Order: sequence, then structure tokens, then C-alpha cells
Amino acid sequence: MNRRKFLSLASAGIAAAASSVSVRAASADAAKGHPEAVGVLHDSTLCIGCRSCEAACQSVNSAILPKPENYRVPEKPFYDRSVLAAKRQTDFQRFTVVNRYAVDGRRPVHRKFQCNHCVEPACASACFVKALYKTPGGPVLYRSELCVGCRYCMVACPFFVPAYDYDNAWNPLIYKCTMCAPRVADGQLPGCVSRCPEQALIFGKRSELIKIAQARIKESPEKYVQHIYGEHEVGGTCWLYLSPVPHNILDQPEVGDVSPSRLTSGILETAGMAAGILSVLLGAACFVSRRRGNDAVNECGGGTETGAARDTGGETHKEASEDNKEGGQ
Amino acid sequence: MISGRASGQGLKGHMIRNGVIFFILLVGLGLTLLRFTGGIGSVTYLSNKTPWGFWMAFDLLCGIAVSAGGFAVATACYVFGLRHFHVYVRAALTTAFLGYFFEVIALLYEVGQPWRLVYPFFWSQGTSSVLFLVGLCVALYLIVLSGELLPALFEWLGWSKGRAKAVGWTLPLAVIGAVIAVIHQSSLGSLYVIVPSKLHPLWYSQFMPLFFLLSSVFAGLSMVVVEGALAHRFMRGYMDDRHARDAGRAVLACGRGASFFMFGYLVIRCIEVAAAGNWHYLSSGYGAWFLLELAGGVALPAFMYFIGARGGRQRLVQTAAIIAVFGVVLNRFNVSLVAFNYNLPSAERYFPSWMEIAISVFLVTLLIIAYRNICARMPILRTHGNYGGEA
Repeated sequence: MNRRKFLSLASAGIAAAASSVSVRAASADAAKGHPEAVGVLHDSTLCIGCRSCEAACQSVNSAILPKPENYRVPEKPFYDRSVLAAKRQTDFQRFTVVNRYAVDGRRPVHRKFQCNHCVEPACASACFVKALYKTPGGPVLYRSELCVGCRYCMVACPFFVPAYDYDNAWNPLIYKCTMCAPRVADGQLPGCVSRCPEQALIFGKRSELIKIAQARIKESPEKYVQHIYGEHEVGGTCWLYLSPVPHNILDQPEVGDVSPSRLTSGILETAGMAAGILSVLLGAACFVSRRRGNDAVNECGGGTETGAARDTGGETHKEASEDNKEGGQ
Repeated sequence: MISGRASGQGLKGHMIRNGVIFFILLVGLGLTLLRFTGGIGSVTYLSNKTPWGFWMAFDLLCGIAVSAGGFAVATACYVFGLRHFHVYVRAALTTAFLGYFFEVIALLYEVGQPWRLVYPFFWSQGTSSVLFLVGLCVALYLIVLSGELLPALFEWLGWSKGRAKAVGWTLPLAVIGAVIAVIHQSSLGSLYVIVPSKLHPLWYSQFMPLFFLLSSVFAGLSMVVVEGALAHRFMRGYMDDRHARDAGRAVLACGRGASFFMFGYLVIRCIEVAAAGNWHYLSSGYGAWFLLELAGGVALPAFMYFIGARGGRQRLVQTAAIIAVFGVVLNRFNVSLVAFNYNLPSAERYFPSWMEIAISVFLVTLLIIAYRNICARMPILRTHGNYGGEA
């Protein structure tokens, strides 16, 4: 059965080679830098928790996002600041929320939540239909018409950003901030930034924002912790944060400086190669075990046909008896 | 359906069993209706923080791990020529086929828009995603498994010409199947390599693909033993004497193989704790849980296997197999649920709804009914009369 063995090896090898080529192409795409990317800097020493950004976000995204009073569980309107008493999360009805953190011996600190638009987003690398993708300009965007709803993006995101509409039976989708990509393309500011009364949000090129943040820390080191959250986190994010208190107090977790997408790209490249090598090794094992007379296929299957099957099972039967002779059975 | 059992246990036990099955199917069908009209949220407690829950852990991670028996036994028998395993080949391949088939069924419940499940193959290939690799392997391996089961199907249908052709493909399919299954089992571990900040350091590792692969081999072998014991008890009527006789040797062979892989697995898990410098975590609550998983779920059954296989003690091997299956189930639940999101406050953690569990029970029941029906008709646990010559 050398012919068949060859066929099996060849087909497995070709499949492996094909898959590794495409994987390499994809990971090369992801590794390209985005020097012109834009982002937003949130300075929480300036943020007063007025929720104007939340209101602006809803009004510019009103085609997708309902008003709080129209939520499935109605919520207080945007001018009501009493909601800050509880910790809230972004979900399928809101792309951004502001939370308040009581810190001993100082006035409360406010922190805005939304998609951080990672430089190398884990969600996009995890998406098996490329519904989520990184644009060179900065925003991480979503093609809802492709989404299968596997929710691996939500698993992969280190910031718990993508939200799912679990109660929708017919068209459940992922919901997350778009950095107002259409407005930005039009030369406008993102909704939240445009409506911030305290300049706590600054929009600009990511590289410029980092310089501004560094300058602020240098100017008044007593006001800030010496860290720009998002400069290096998970390989960098387009949203950057300055804080007067350690970032982990503001639910900004320590996530490491490596993009999670880099952790799996190596594995995918290896998978194709592993398949090829494994085919060769297993093929060799077949050969060795057959030479030693352990031909389970023919002994237990095709080689022992009796009765009616004998007439029609010609080829296998003949080969089998030859093999049996060779093996000294 | 399932009532076609051969050895009697009395009419009463019979009726109780059928009543339970009827009840499970009724509840399952009701919940299925609810799932597809009310959405995933109507039957699960999944959240934005825990998007993968009981279904992912049980139906997919555990289901596929215990389905590894198909490739483990087929590889041992055909590729390495270990003929002791031959008696279990068809049973293991049938289990694997049904395991993978019902994984796909479970996916229909699990993903939000199941009608788009073909998109990653034909519409928009996300080749940077581990999940793409997982999906590709599931699809390919289902095809290979169908091919590997064709001889049994043709024997049942009495088409000896097709059967002869299908038998000719045994060896190539065994090799291709092994390659795909290895990639698939390991890629399930790779799924979690992307969450270093969410998974507890004792479980998180770059080497999770290897952990998942090695543990799937002994999970699969253990499941073959457990299933063999169950079949012996409940499906003796579909089994011939030759199968019943050879199974004794095969049980010991599985035990020997499983203990080998389990000791290896224990060693590499310990190496990883040392290499990552995680010893200090062992004194925490998670550390105790981790030790329980490894000592109770792996080391204990490994020793039982070792002693049982050496002394020819079939009962001990079968007991070890049950513990080993639970050990692997524990590991998969730990990776996907218990140690996942370990740093979230407990109020934001996930606990499954009874409906998620009920749907899984429903699917497992369907799988058992399918398995029983296949064994009743096709020569899985017996040799077909026309092809039954002794070697």
C-alpha cells in the first residue's frame, strides 16, 4: 500500500503548507505599525463626572443606541449624576460610561470607559470572520453583517469591552465604541470629545497625545502618577489615560505590555508546520510497524474477508495476502 | 428507541428509565424552543464579562477531549500496529464521530447567529484566529471520521464493493485523522493563550496547547474504557463473544497507555509551575484547587492505571478510568470557568443557569440514543458475519 501511504502524506503536507502560508500573511498584516493613528487622552484630574460625554455618545450614535429611558431596564437620564454612586459597565445600549472612584483624602476621581482601540487588538486577531478589524487611522471597527456571534472577541479583550446583545434571538451583535470613525473621517471630533466641557478629553495623533501627557506629568508631578495608561499596555492603545491615583484603583488592570494577538500568532504558524512534521513521523511509524509484521489493517479488516465479500474485494485482498507473506505470517 | 435493550432488568426499571429519558427530551425540546425564540440570554447566565460558560466548558472542551479516544485508539492500532486496541477501534471512532457531530449541534445553541457558521469557511476567513483553526479542524475531522466509519456502514448495508474500497483507505485516513485531531486538541488549549491577564497563572501557560493535547489522549483512552464497561453492561446484546473476550486485554492496554501519558502530563505541568515561578501560588485557595486537580484527577488515576495494568486487574483500571475522565473534566472547567476571570469580584463571576445544564444533558442523551441505535444496527461492537474471519 505504498501508493496510498504516499497519497496520505502528500495531501496532509499540502494542506499544512497551504495553511501556514495564509497564516503568515495574516500575522504580517497585524504586525504593521500605524504611525498616523489617532486617539484620545483622558485626563482624570480634569474630569468632573458630568456625563456629557455619555449623552453626546448616545446622540451621535442614536441610530444604534437607545436613550436611557428606552433601555430594556430603563435608566436615569444623562443629566442625573446619582448613577455615579454605582459602578456601571458599557453594554449593548451604551458605548461609554463614566464611573466615580472614592479615594481616601482627595476628591473622587472619575474614569471614562469605552473601547481603548488597541494598536494590535486582541479582538480583531481573535475574530474568525474578520468582522472586527483595525484601521490604520486608529479605530477598531466592526462589520456586523459578518458576525457569527462566537464571542471570542469578548473572551480575548483584556478590558472587557465588546458587549453582546444576549436577549436578541434574530440579530444579536457585538456593541462597542467606534471612536466615531465616520465623524473623524469627516474632520469632526468624536462625539464624547466634542461635548467635554472641561477639556478632560483631547483628540489627536496618538504620538502627539503621548507627548502632551508626558509634558503634563513633568510639569506637575505632584498631580499625577508617573504612568500613562495605554502607552505600553497590551502593546499600546489609542486611548490614553492620566490619573492622580494608581490606575488599578480605576479598574485599569495590569495587562502586561505584550499584545495578546502576538501570543497566538506564533502558535498558528507552528500549527501548519506541526501538521507536516506529524504526517511524516506517523507515516514512518506506519512503515516501521508494518515491516515488523504488525499489520493491523489487513489482519483485522480487509485481509480476512470471507464469503460474498471475497469475490469483489479483489485488490485489497490480493495486496493483503502478499503483505502477509512478506511479514512471515 | 433506547428501549431496545437486550438483557432484561425487569419491566419496572425499564419504564422508569424510559420515563426519565422522555422527561429529559421534553425539557430539552422546550428549552431549545426558548433558546431560538428568546435568544441566548433567555436560557443562560452569560454576561459581557463571561461570554463563554457551561456549554463551552462541557459540550466543547470536555466533549472533544473525551472524543480523543477515536484518534488515540486508531493511531495505536493502525499506525503503531498495537493490535490489542483493535477491538475498540470502531467503538472509539463512533464515539468520536458522535462527539464531534454533537459539538456542531451544541455550537448551534452557543453562537449568536448559527446560520452564519459557514461564514469562516466560505465568506471571510479570519486566519489569524485560533478559533478559525478549531473550526477548520472540526469540519475536516468530521469528514475523516465519516470515512473511517464507512466500512462499518457498508457492512451494515451489505455493499461489499464499497466496503473493500473503504477498507483500503484505512491507513491513510488513520494518519490524516491523527494529524487533524492532534492539531485540533491542542488548538483548544491555544484558545486560552490569548487571555494572560484573565486566567489564573497556575493554569495559564504558553504551553496550554500541549497540556490539552496530552490530557486529551488519556481522556480519550479513559472514556473508551468507561464506555466499554457501560456497553458491556447495557449493550451486551449488540456485542459478540469475540469482542467481549478481546475487550479485557484492550482495557489493560488502554490503562497502560493512559498511565504513560498521565505521568508525562504530570511532569510537564510541574515543569511549567517551576519555569513560570508559580510555586508561591500553591499556598493560596486556587493553589489547593490546582493540587486537587493534579493529585486527585491525574496522579491518583495514573497510579491506579499503572498498578491495574501491571497486575491485570480490569476492575481497578475501569475505576481509574472513571476518575481520570472526571479529572480531565475538572481541568477543562478550571481553565474555562473556575480560574477564568479569577481577579473579578465574586458578584461579577459566572455561575451556570439550570437551563444551560439541562440543554447539555439533553444533547448528551441524544448522543447516547444515537450511539445505541448505531451499535444496534452496524457492526461496531461485533464482527459482521461476512467479514468475520479470525486473524
